[in-house]
Amino acid sequence: MTEEFEIDNDLRYTKNHEWIRVEGVSGLVGVTDFAQKQLGDITYIEFEVEEDDEVGAGEIFTTVEAVKASEPCYLPASGKIIELNYELEDEPELVNKDPYRKGWMVKIELTEPSQLEKLLSPAEYGELLKEVEHQ
Amino acid sequence: MAYRQAKYDELLIFEMGCIEKQAACFSQECLDPTMIDKFIPKEIRKKDDINIPGLTEVEIARHYTRLSQMNWGVDSGFYPLGSCTMKYNPKFSEKMASLEGFALTHPMQPVDMVQGNLELIYELEKILSVIGGIEAVTLQPAAGAHGEFTGLLIARAFHEAKGEERDEVILPDTAHGTNPASGAMAGLKVIEIPSEGDGCVNIEALEAALSNRTCAFMLTNPNTLGIFERRVREIAEKVHAHGALLYYDGANLNAVMGKTTPGKMGFDIVHFNLHKTFGTPHGGGGPGAGPIGVTKELEKFLPVPRVLKLVKDDGSIKFDLHHKLPYTIGKIHGQLGNFLVLVKAYVYTLLVGGDGLEKVSEAAVMNSNYLKMKLEHLFPLPYPGLRKHEFVLNGSILKKKGASTLDAAKWLLDEGIHAPTIYFPQIFHEAIMIEPTETETIEEMNRFVEVMKAIAEADAEELRKCPQNTTRKRLDETFAAKNMIFTYRALRDWRERNAD
Repeated sequence: MTEEFEIDNDLRYTKNHEWIRVEGVSGLVGVTDFAQKQLGDITYIEFEVEEDDEVGAGEIFTTVEAVKASEPCYLPASGKIIELNYELEDEPELVNKDPYRKGWMVKIELTEPSQLEKLLSPAEYGELLKEVEHQ
Repeated sequence: MAYRQAKYDELLIFEMGCIEKQAACFSQECLDPTMIDKFIPKEIRKKDDINIPGLTEVEIARHYTRLSQMNWGVDSGFYPLGSCTMKYNPKFSEKMASLEGFALTHPMQPVDMVQGNLELIYELEKILSVIGGIEAVTLQPAAGAHGEFTGLLIARAFHEAKGEERDEVILPDTAHGTNPASGAMAGLKVIEIPSEGDGCVNIEALEAALSNRTCAFMLTNPNTLGIFERRVREIAEKVHAHGALLYYDGANLNAVMGKTTPGKMGFDIVHFNLHKTFGTPHGGGGPGAGPIGVTKELEKFLPVPRVLKLVKDDGSIKFDLHHKLPYTIGKIHGQLGNFLVLVKAYVYTLLVGGDGLEKVSEAAVMNSNYLKMKLEHLFPLPYPGLRKHEFVLNGSILKKKGASTLDAAKWLLDEGIHAPTIYFPQIFHEAIMIEPTETETIEEMNRFVEVMKAIAEADAEELRKCPQNTTRKRLDETFAAKNMIFTYRALRDWRERNAD
């Protein structure tokens, strides 16, 4: 029995299992179904950025604490932080329950939209998961 | 061997007894209010009742005996907790530490009254200097992480004395969790670099991270997968070329004693976990010790007071405390460290001796490779070859049948074996990190192999049911992590809030 991982076809992905949902000039960012399943029950989300921060691609925006481990999450693209999902402070389990919708973490205003092209498409991310599975 | 852990419905000690009961009888004179008035001024007296449990001595003894029966320790059985070096603690060390001359001395006693204690501190510093291949040692840090923190403060002081501002500490992604925590505590920005597949340092990533902001690079050798970092000298050269210091996390020192030293490898600051390597009890919140050693260049930054050995003209020897060192980072412990732990480590080094320490490392490495060889057919070994004192297996085959490494760990508990370290290091999934140490017998290791075989063959459903034979069954770890209640007062408040 191999685990199944959900992939949302409207998103772009990183190799580190973050996603971004682009809406115009802004994007919602979170972690993937694979990431939340690997981490197990999430107990705490610590935001490493504040609203109005200018953050570069690859910088840490949150640290996710789970029973097994604590993992940093890296921003898929550069931008200005315009919103944090404060609901996760009280209900971090939303990331487990609904990683691609209610489990979003930060909203950014994209400053370099061209970076999005370097991210993985849903199909490419699916390939990556197959490789990871065989490790 | 059918294992059953003791099970009592034991109340917390705060919920037991009553104020009228007590384990000590005070004389009428002590309780006489006029005497109290005489000795304790009114303004410093507590006004409300004290909230301590009232119990008789026998109740206290039984309470803690029952708790100890529901606990697990190295004296209860096998404890292959990777990277923690849970070796047996010789009872002789305990006996020596309980000698009145050690146990009943007070840290504030004048130096003339505690010459023997100071001599022991001085000698143990020298012994650890030799094992570490470094110049000078302080025994003050009260735990490994405290040693890390002290070491990083020394690194900062070193750079500051040269007028350099260096605020970054680099560590590999396989580092022990205390490393980034110590870096942050010391006010440094923590930079994590990826490792190679064998857990060794990715030298390119290290070079990219090094700069004139780098305060230190923290490393353990052998690494977390139990593999010796062969290019450690090259790493040291690169770190030093950038003016930074190389810090040795002593967690894995048990693998290399007498074979090499951190000093030879090029490290500048070394910490020693006395509870891992030198057979003192692991803290678990109790008194610990994490001495650090440094190179000649860094000696002047060590915490005060330092123990000095003075040889007088008539040849007599006196030990003294030296407080005034211009470059010292200051005090990092109320006194000279957790002295009785130091006594046990000193006794251990003398019991085993220099050649013995080398044999300890050889046996630890041999035991680790024996278990690795017996188990790698059952659970894949991520990177082939021999190991040092520990090895990491991949538990993904459990995942494939619908169970997990966590379930395997729980199965082991049912067999009266402490679980190995699991899900660490995080460089691959489902890690099972095993360290038998030199003190396990072949019979015990063979029994462990049989249990691991049973786990590999077990149904997922059976695995997920474990543990059944322990005091408590599967605990709700998520709930525990979300509701951190560490004191009785916090528990009482939590119960009140959730009364309905």
